[in-house]
Amino acid sequence: MSSIAQKKGFGATLWDYLTTVDHKKIAILYLVTGGFFFIVGGIEAMLIRIQLAKPDNDFVSAGLYNEIITMHGTTMIFLAAMPLIFAFMNAVVPLQIGARDVAFPFLNSLGFWMFFFGGIFLNLSWFLGGAPDAGWTSYASLSLASPGHGIDFYALGLQISGGGTLIAGINFLVTIINMRAPGMTYMRMPLFTWSTFVASALILFAFPPLTVGLFLMIFDRMFDANFFDHTMGGNTVIWEHLFWIFGHPEVYILILPMFGVFSEIFATFSRKRLFGYSAMVFATVLIGFLGFMVWAHHMFTTGLGATANAIFAVATMAIAVPTGVKIFNWLLTMWGGSIKFTTAMLYAVAFIPMFVIGGVTGVMQASAPLDYQLHDSYFIVAHFHYVIVGGTVLGLLAGLHFYWPLMFNTMLDETLGKITFWLFLIGFNLTFFIQHFLGLLGMPRRVFTYGADQGWDLFNLISSFGAIFMAVAVTILLINIVKTIAQNKAVGRDPWGDGRTLEWAIPQPVPFYNFKQTPLVRGLDTFWIEKQEGNKEGMTYAEPVGDIHMPHNSFIPFVMAFGLFVGAFGALYNGEQAWAVPVLILGLLITFLSMGTRSLKDDLGYHIHKEDLMDKKGGKH
Amino acid sequence: MAHDVQNQMRTKTEFEYTRRRSADEMRGQVTTFAIMIFLTLIAFTAVYADFSPNLVVPIILLLAVIQVIMQLYYFMHMSHKGHENAKFFLFSGAFVAFLTVLTFVTIIWW
Repeated sequence: MSSIAQKKGFGATLWDYLTTVDHKKIAILYLVTGGFFFIVGGIEAMLIRIQLAKPDNDFVSAGLYNEIITMHGTTMIFLAAMPLIFAFMNAVVPLQIGARDVAFPFLNSLGFWMFFFGGIFLNLSWFLGGAPDAGWTSYASLSLASPGHGIDFYALGLQISGGGTLIAGINFLVTIINMRAPGMTYMRMPLFTWSTFVASALILFAFPPLTVGLFLMIFDRMFDANFFDHTMGGNTVIWEHLFWIFGHPEVYILILPMFGVFSEIFATFSRKRLFGYSAMVFATVLIGFLGFMVWAHHMFTTGLGATANAIFAVATMAIAVPTGVKIFNWLLTMWGGSIKFTTAMLYAVAFIPMFVIGGVTGVMQASAPLDYQLHDSYFIVAHFHYVIVGGTVLGLLAGLHFYWPLMFNTMLDETLGKITFWLFLIGFNLTFFIQHFLGLLGMPRRVFTYGADQGWDLFNLISSFGAIFMAVAVTILLINIVKTIAQNKAVGRDPWGDGRTLEWAIPQPVPFYNFKQTPLVRGLDTFWIEKQEGNKEGMTYAEPVGDIHMPHNSFIPFVMAFGLFVGAFGALYNGEQAWAVPVLILGLLITFLSMGTRSLKDDLGYHIHKEDLMDKKGGKH
Repeated sequence: MAHDVQNQMRTKTEFEYTRRRSADEMRGQVTTFAIMIFLTLIAFTAVYADFSPNLVVPIILLLAVIQVIMQLYYFMHMSHKGHENAKFFLFSGAFVAFLTVLTFVTIIWW
């Protein structure tokens, strides 16, 4: 039960994690799984760069190359970046707002296991007759023609893990609206909580279109429907719209929480209050809104017509304004601050120019006439890697160093961290900056090879060379993690010394009930205020010590998600194998029976009694 | 959570106040209900009177929107305090959905 490392057998620990509903442990589950998929996606990226390192290469075949690029994109977006973001949201947000857990701990666990089984299902395609091969966007005219089961794995796997994401997003919305500690008004919420809030709202509105699109795709491919088949009265462009109505908010879901992390890091290590807090909040909400009005800029060349292109071009350029507000606020937060260059701060400082490069090329593509030139070239590849790697991945790495002490009560090695940072930054720029020029020279994206006479040899070689730097950087990061875990040196509360928000005020290791007494929040940067006033405890309390109501652990979420995993195989092999329909029914039965169990069997949780909290052990038995 | 259970006695004034509030609300609900039946009758008549579909369809859609708003405000208590978040998300969601439908109608099918 306790979050402190007790001497426990491997089996008991495993069972604890399989059944946990504690947001701190679910954060670790997300971190480990997301990290694993990040490595998988990284290996796929390396295979791509090996294949493209020299002209007329035959390292992988054209078909396999398509599978690799599809799985690289899908894995990185859905199975690496999203769960890693959820890892930080889970680890930090409840602590930051003074809550004892998220609003629905059971659903939190269900969301994780659905993501987990969806991701496993998707990756099993490698061993069961070939991975999806129509790109991560899986445009219908391509994916309906794709033989084999790759696309079916894509549609079903994403459906399951997308459901998990939707559950997690709703959970965070409810948590942030309802579970804030007394005094934590909306305009006193730390920026990471704010950006989690906006990103969760985006998840709430963006994932249903994906769900609809995937269902139409599943029906088209597995049950002979014709939603996207123009010869039967369907329309292939419908998929593109549905996908991008989801897809554009999705990339903001990836970047907004990282904006939040960077805001925390800038304020902490500049030892200044965040500049323009209310403007930052406004900009975050505005980006969220605008994110829903620009999806067609991914489809300028589809033939929407000049009017639609013009509207979406202008809307897209408008997003540069709130983003610019944020960039300037970060710069002005550092301005005049007493800056401490920790690893996390290095990532944050590097993020600004990297993201601005990605943003500028984004505005270039937003201009529809120019996009006709840039479309489907390596310029696009360079652009989205600058925003996603230069924004999200740098944010994840910064967040990993910054929040590691909060999650594990140890500190990642700063020297190794800085080596990782420099190798990664150099490698990243070597790999992707030159791809802008490859694009301008006419190299189309998603080609498996190119001729020696096309003049793209040297730039591709440099690009592949840069990828090696990034691979080495990630390897050093892994060594750093192993070293830190092996040393296991506790660092205690407020390890950075400059923590400003509530999460750093909690004693380490964080008790499993988070707060013995609910804190009273007296302003923005509440821990900072208490420190300034010489409060050794780090917080003012809003209530006397009393019984704490806690939820029981539960194995049901795992079983529910597992049922969907089993059922997906039935749907996949429908019409091919005799066992398909029984397996589909069996899987759904497992899920619905476990849902029934959950509904009919009351689980009212348990109380930690006041007397147990008062003694030295603080409720641990 | 940690608070002890408290029982409060209501004063006569408080009691009167809540009673008047409930009565007001009740009146609002009955009025809305009557209006909604009336709107349904209009919709029904429009179809029954065999007007041109170009007239009937927009009228029915408009009446439907009015009815949804009335439902939300009077029967689902959105007019009450403490529903600002729900309101905000409902309207944002409706806006996004509207935008999507508008695009489909204008770009894909038109």
